[in-house]
Amino acid sequence: MITPGLVEALTGIAGARHVRTAPAERLTYARDGLPTHRRVPAVVVLPGSRDELVAVVRLLAAHHVPFVPRGAGTGLSGGALADGAAVLLVLTRLNRILSLDPGNRVAVVEPGVVNVRLSAAAAAHGLHYAPDPSSQTACTIGGNVAENAGGPHCLKYGVTAQHVLALEVVLADGRIVELGSPGGEPWGPDVVGLFVGSEGNFGIATRIAVRLLPLPRAVRTLLAAFASLRAAGEAVSAVIASGIVPAALEMMDQSCIRAVEDSVYAAGYPRDAAAVLLVELDGHSDEAVAADTETVQELLSSHDAASIRVAADAGERERLWQGRKKAFGAMGRLSRDLVVQDAVVPRSALPDVLETIGRIAATYQVTVSNVFHAGDGNLHPNISFDARVPGLRTRVDAASTAIMEACVAVGGTITGEHGVGLDKLRYMPLIFDAESLAAMRAVRRVWDPEERVNPGKVVPVHACREWTGVRSVEWGVRSVASRDAPADSALRTPHSALDT
Amino acid sequence: MSLLDRVRALLGDDAVEIAGGADAVPRVAPASPDAVALLLGTAREEGWRVRLEGAGTWLPADAPADLALTTRRLDRVPAVEPQDLSATAEAGIGCDLLRQQLADRGTWLALDPPGLAGRTLGSVVATATAGPLRHGFGAVRDHILGVTFVTGDGRLVQSGGRVVKNVAGYDLTKLEAGGFGAFGVIVLVHLRLRALPRADQTFVLAGTREDLTQVAEDVAAAGLQPAALELMSPALARRDGWALAVRLAGSAALVAAEEAGLRGASGGRFTALRAEEAHGFWMRAAESFATRPITFRTGGLPDSSDELLDLLQHQVGDEWVSASPGVGAIRWAGDTTVDRLRRLRRTLAGLEVPLTLERAPWPIRSAVGHFGAYREGVGPLVAGLRRTFDPGEAFVVAVEGSD
Repeated sequence: MITPGLVEALTGIAGARHVRTAPAERLTYARDGLPTHRRVPAVVVLPGSRDELVAVVRLLAAHHVPFVPRGAGTGLSGGALADGAAVLLVLTRLNRILSLDPGNRVAVVEPGVVNVRLSAAAAAHGLHYAPDPSSQTACTIGGNVAENAGGPHCLKYGVTAQHVLALEVVLADGRIVELGSPGGEPWGPDVVGLFVGSEGNFGIATRIAVRLLPLPRAVRTLLAAFASLRAAGEAVSAVIASGIVPAALEMMDQSCIRAVEDSVYAAGYPRDAAAVLLVELDGHSDEAVAADTETVQELLSSHDAASIRVAADAGERERLWQGRKKAFGAMGRLSRDLVVQDAVVPRSALPDVLETIGRIAATYQVTVSNVFHAGDGNLHPNISFDARVPGLRTRVDAASTAIMEACVAVGGTITGEHGVGLDKLRYMPLIFDAESLAAMRAVRRVWDPEERVNPGKVVPVHACREWTGVRSVEWGVRSVASRDAPADSALRTPHSALDT
Repeated sequence: MSLLDRVRALLGDDAVEIAGGADAVPRVAPASPDAVALLLGTAREEGWRVRLEGAGTWLPADAPADLALTTRRLDRVPAVEPQDLSATAEAGIGCDLLRQQLADRGTWLALDPPGLAGRTLGSVVATATAGPLRHGFGAVRDHILGVTFVTGDGRLVQSGGRVVKNVAGYDLTKLEAGGFGAFGVIVLVHLRLRALPRADQTFVLAGTREDLTQVAEDVAAAGLQPAALELMSPALARRDGWALAVRLAGSAALVAAEEAGLRGASGGRFTALRAEEAHGFWMRAAESFATRPITFRTGGLPDSSDELLDLLQHQVGDEWVSASPGVGAIRWAGDTTVDRLRRLRRTLAGLEVPLTLERAPWPIRSAVGHFGAYREGVGPLVAGLRRTFDPGEAFVVAVEGSD
């Protein structure tokens, strides 16, 4: 329980300025990048150093108080929200790049370092940090680790998990553990890989060692316009199957194109195209990249690209990318509320799934804009709406579920890079049976037996209901309910993703 | 009812491959993931101790147990999807057979693990034994999209999926890849593939270790991105001196450009191998590791490779060594003692370098452990994870040593 005495003790550690209790201050942290979830934390603490952070965690452990770690709050799953029973630990003041070793291409950072700042620091040595979420100018490396963040260039270079070498973690009980090794070889089982993407449920990374990569010497960026989503989707499959691995392969549909072109981020995308593909090829050798570019151009042409534009210089390339990376922001022009999805489908299923999404939008009479990592099959069908319109929320919710079910039906998954958080909790039983969900929960309890770190996220506890009796005890899973609830009850439980 | 009668009643007569081998341990080969779950659920109830086997070509089949569970009948490849560059394969498929099936569909699993060609996929994943291609294509875990595994008490658990990007739930796949079976028996694997490279060329340069280390640094400094950059001891490379082998794989344009870069970085000193020579070169090196009694790997920072090779030479010899200086990984094979291995692990731990014992006879495995000398706080986590996935300690796996 959060008592005045506890707040006083927190103030003693972090200083009065960095312990926020006033309602207006706490409201600042009531949402993340997804506008449809809202939780107001009881207290917000912004530790100024690792030692302060550890002291705060130990204090909260002594009082058995739940807490939620948060970076810049750019997440898109409601994952970094704390309710009135929990303390929100904001890590943005832990923002030092502790070391950068160009010879070994390794950097060690604190969790609050902003993603793009690391790449900027590495650029002086001809290096960069490859994972590049669209929010990279604001999001933090700690948040990236918690979510196993992706980004356009992860098609070629891999998501965050492939770039994290070692971690120092403070567990829920305040113990410090050192995971992995500086060279990236797992030390014992791969607990670094297990930690990355655990959405804060396993503890807080206080120091993060990441791999840096050489900046490519040759880069080509293409923009191809298509008269239909299907044609664009088929072109994506053709490029992937060719064996060429572009650095990035992104798609935007007409609704998204127009939102971008109407905004300050206008990039010169063709407004009349049904879809555009943004394709980037890079590498060490200009000749090899040029040859691959030619092959990709031929593939795009043979799949009915209406036009193909090659960025003439770095300035044009930057404009093309800015339009893509700011597309989510530009969608704010369409309406006041937005549901952001993150499903992944097999790449060969893209053409069919895009058409299915179009049919679902028509059925539920909602506006869907697609902007996504086509090369990975990682969809972001975004539903714009005005929550003040009576009945619209219900339709948006139903359309969201229908889209998710369509993606899962073709062998896909519910989230590719945003994480489960609160937002996708109800979809977890679509892809995992009760046994697998219970296994996840049991693993979480190895790290955090009291389930105090970021409670209520990732694993839908009610879907583990059959874990009662002796077996549950053996696994450390708390008996929570009777056996009469079906394993897929999460889908039948009244629940709205739009729980503002 | 005897153990064998019980197994036959559960899984049928044909599941019992050997009623009792040289060490009198019966070998059971379930034909489906569900059969594995049934067997292990029963093992938990009966208190049977189970050792895990694949094709029996990598880890010696010598752990003391009540029965051996082999995955060799789990050898189907349910899906190869060239358009998605993904595949699903059961854990008992031999890597050679899998490779052929993938190649028939124009796809490639960019892994070249040590050992014999018929090693099972499950063995490679469970031991996370990557080969020289790790330089260009990453560790074993980077090729795995998801797994299905069975816990020590017979629970069938799915992790990950078959799409190339997936953050739904905790990534238990990472725990299984390289867990040596301590956290479950892998029964099904979803794989990330690449298109079969249009061009694949290997170049070799022989010389002193010192000279070749410098050449490897020059290659890295030139920004080249080969599929493999491997420094091999003379015995392993079957050369008079040490050998630095460079493998370039990809489109014809890429390989041509990298070859030109390699010539520039090395003064044109490398010799190109013909396709069949290259195949033999890499295959012999991989197989050599299965001919020595003990194999381990270490992983340090790239600039520590030379120092680590010196250390190995001093403490356990360097007759059979293969190093990827670009990623700091070293694999060692040979014969040595428990004490030397323990001492070496402690020394390496002081340098923040882990030593993973990959294969050894049971007396050495059980004394030294696959893992050990953990960093701060890791031991209790590993113990907790083991209890979670094998509450009855059914799996006979030497996770940690006895010291």
